[in-house]
Amino acid sequence: MEAIDIKSREGEIHHGDYEQMEHHHESFLTKYIFSTDHKTISKQFLISGIFWALIGGSLSIVFRLQLGFPDLNLQWLQPVLGGWITETGKLDTEFYLAMVTMHGTIMVFFVLTAGLSGTFSNFLIPLQIGARDMASGFLNMLSYWFFFASSVVMLTSLFIETGPASGGWVIYPPLSALPQAMSGSGLGMTLWLVSMALFIISSLLGSINYITTVINLRTEGLSMTRVPLTIWAFFLTAVIGVLAFPVLFSAALLLIFDRSFGTSFFLSEIYIAGEALPNVGGSAILFQHLFWFLGHPEVYIVLLPALGITSEIIATNSRKPIFGYRAMIGSLLGITILSFVVWAHHMFITGMSPFLGTIFMFLTLIIAVPSAVKVFNYLTTLWKGNIIFTPAMLFSIGLVSFFISGGITGIYLGNTAIDIQLHDTYFIVAHFHIVMGSASFFGMVAGIYHWFPKMFGRMMDAKLGYIHFWVSFVGVYMVFFPMHYIGMAGFPRRYYSFTNFDAFSGFTDMNMMISTAAIITFGAQLLFVFNFFYSIFKGRKATANPWGSNTLEWTAPIKPGHGNWPGKIPLVYRWPYDYSKPGAKEDFIPQNVPFSQTPESNLPHEKDPEETPGDEGAIVLDEAKE
Amino acid sequence: MANSVAAIGQNLWGGGQAPMKASYGKLMMWFFLMSDTFTFSALLITYGLIRYSHDAFNPEIHGSEFVFSQEYWPIPEKVFDSAPFLHGIEAPLVFVGIMTFILILSSVTMVLAVEAGARMDKLQVQKWMLWTILGGILFLSCQAWEWVHMIVGDEKGSVAQFFVNGEWVERTIYGANLTINQYGPPAFADLFFFITGFHGTHVLSGVIINILIFYNTTMGVYQRTGHYEMVEKVGLYWHFVDLVWVFVFTFFYLV
Repeated sequence: MEAIDIKSREGEIHHGDYEQMEHHHESFLTKYIFSTDHKTISKQFLISGIFWALIGGSLSIVFRLQLGFPDLNLQWLQPVLGGWITETGKLDTEFYLAMVTMHGTIMVFFVLTAGLSGTFSNFLIPLQIGARDMASGFLNMLSYWFFFASSVVMLTSLFIETGPASGGWVIYPPLSALPQAMSGSGLGMTLWLVSMALFIISSLLGSINYITTVINLRTEGLSMTRVPLTIWAFFLTAVIGVLAFPVLFSAALLLIFDRSFGTSFFLSEIYIAGEALPNVGGSAILFQHLFWFLGHPEVYIVLLPALGITSEIIATNSRKPIFGYRAMIGSLLGITILSFVVWAHHMFITGMSPFLGTIFMFLTLIIAVPSAVKVFNYLTTLWKGNIIFTPAMLFSIGLVSFFISGGITGIYLGNTAIDIQLHDTYFIVAHFHIVMGSASFFGMVAGIYHWFPKMFGRMMDAKLGYIHFWVSFVGVYMVFFPMHYIGMAGFPRRYYSFTNFDAFSGFTDMNMMISTAAIITFGAQLLFVFNFFYSIFKGRKATANPWGSNTLEWTAPIKPGHGNWPGKIPLVYRWPYDYSKPGAKEDFIPQNVPFSQTPESNLPHEKDPEETPGDEGAIVLDEAKE
Repeated sequence: MANSVAAIGQNLWGGGQAPMKASYGKLMMWFFLMSDTFTFSALLITYGLIRYSHDAFNPEIHGSEFVFSQEYWPIPEKVFDSAPFLHGIEAPLVFVGIMTFILILSSVTMVLAVEAGARMDKLQVQKWMLWTILGGILFLSCQAWEWVHMIVGDEKGSVAQFFVNGEWVERTIYGANLTINQYGPPAFADLFFFITGFHGTHVLSGVIINILIFYNTTMGVYQRTGHYEMVEKVGLYWHFVDLVWVFVFTFFYLV
């Protein structure tokens, strides 16, 4: 870019930095394993996330087999599941619960939190804000390795004799507090808690890094109202993580004490197997409050990065500025704040005061406002755009579709009165799998297709991408849409089998259809995994800016080295959404192009900042201090 | 030069500079402390909810004189009324007052260490860090004494009913642990040990970090890097731990 020449006087010291980074010796261990480079760490998170997604997905396939085909002989799974398949070829009932629990835990925390935030916050924050790396590369590395340790513990718990935690991903006491409650409440639950404690440390280390990096290391000219919406989304996700996870940490610690040291924080007046326990004075509902104080913001930890990624991809591939950039920031902020004051809508039927329920209902329904702002802004961005249907774009549009159809059922569920009927049924399963699960998953996949060229210097195969999209998109609706009906019919979630209930016999075929669709959808993901790994090595070579995008990461070399930009960091002169600007030569103007180079398209107020004398090296001075 | 930085960026948040005039390390410490605030808040809310699900002592119902009972939450002044070497003398909240004073004093010495660091005065930093460490250790020792006193109990004990083999039996219990409590409902002891223990762990890690900082100061590490920012960061943590104690103190001893 010619822009670089204009301020080359500042390049000298940066250049020096880079040389230093480039030439110091890197062994295999420091380059690929204990790397402090944000790009490597993000790939570590991504590949771990894909690994976990496959495990979490296979678990769901196994229990979908049970639900769709209750008479099926599962003997063939015995080599993998061993004793969990009974002699008659049935799934062990307790293991069914364990699988449901682990599916939830893995998908929510290990795939959609670590796999999504860990990957894209790490990869995009430094590249999109024009920083050499995260504020602290070392803490960033620790963040990944705490996550790795947490993964090892959680994975181990899948293989122990008594099985992993089985009380649901929400681990409500007393099921989780009494080791004798069920087989999964023993060692499995302990490992779950240990793993989550490590996970929370990892999340905290990651989040404080993301926040400080965004605050302190934006390149010159990149004000908070010029950063891409991805950055806003990652930033606010990290803020939510910093404030919400510690509450789960406290709850987990208290639970550990209840389990192992005889305290009664969450236990009171309880009998087990006909025997009275000495615990008095605690409250199981208290745990639910603490859990959902994390649990609800967690939904947005999962969703916001996906929304940020979508904003970027939709604007780029509609060749239009994002509609309502500031409104998008405002709605992200609104969602962030509201996410902390609605947790009790998960607890409407716990005996909570109806008056309190009304307040939480009101606050919950307010979330529809910022959510609708986002949806309308996506649609108005697409409106009359020169849409380019890349696989990433398709997945982003898919996200918008899920966000609408899943969001609308949220309005039903947020009502205290309707929730009495729908609570803990498949309706809620359908709701959150569409709005949070599938939407976030689509955002993540869209991000992978979109930034794959930047990550690996190659393109993913688009045709496979299209197949992946259509099968997944139709598949998700085939799986989760019928679940609404099943839920309205009163099917409770987490039940092993419905064959004993006459009332449910009319839905056997529907469950069969859901299970079949789930298997096909899962199959499509294998196609994606193949595409991913194949393209890393054999994909078509990428160009520097394959999507014609404005953000800074595309000004870096095709495969950025340690330090991201050879020479100096690009400066930023404009917002990231100058697509199809009237009068411009091309349909995009990258953020680092000064207004002085685009007189033909400048609006009256668009001028480069004035130079002040004596500012040589001023920025460098500031960085050197750190 | 500092002026020209602002001039380029037009405004503080314009990029290319640290808008809060703080290094990333200091910001990280602040955000960590915010996070930790939520950890402690969750614990104190737990305390509040469990505390108010129990009855308070009411002379009209429970008899005019306060005795330790499983029926109602104890009055803290009656529980914490001893001090070392003053056996048999009622000294409500005196010992914990001294403890609190020590911790606050150690915060003051920490401020002086940070201030000395700003002047690049190595000897003074050393001196004040040492006092801070001493304050921390003293506080922890006091807490240890208080815990031991709580656990052992007094010679009077109190009578509690237990449900054993389908029958109610009366037993006199001495002291408190995580399952029984001479002074009142077991939940009181559970919360006391858990929350003061969690805070004590924070103090302990603070002392360890302070010792590391003291060591680095003595070895001239900060003199060489040219600033004592590490002392400042650890200072933030230390003040935070101190502040949390004020809340813990309020909840357990005053309310």
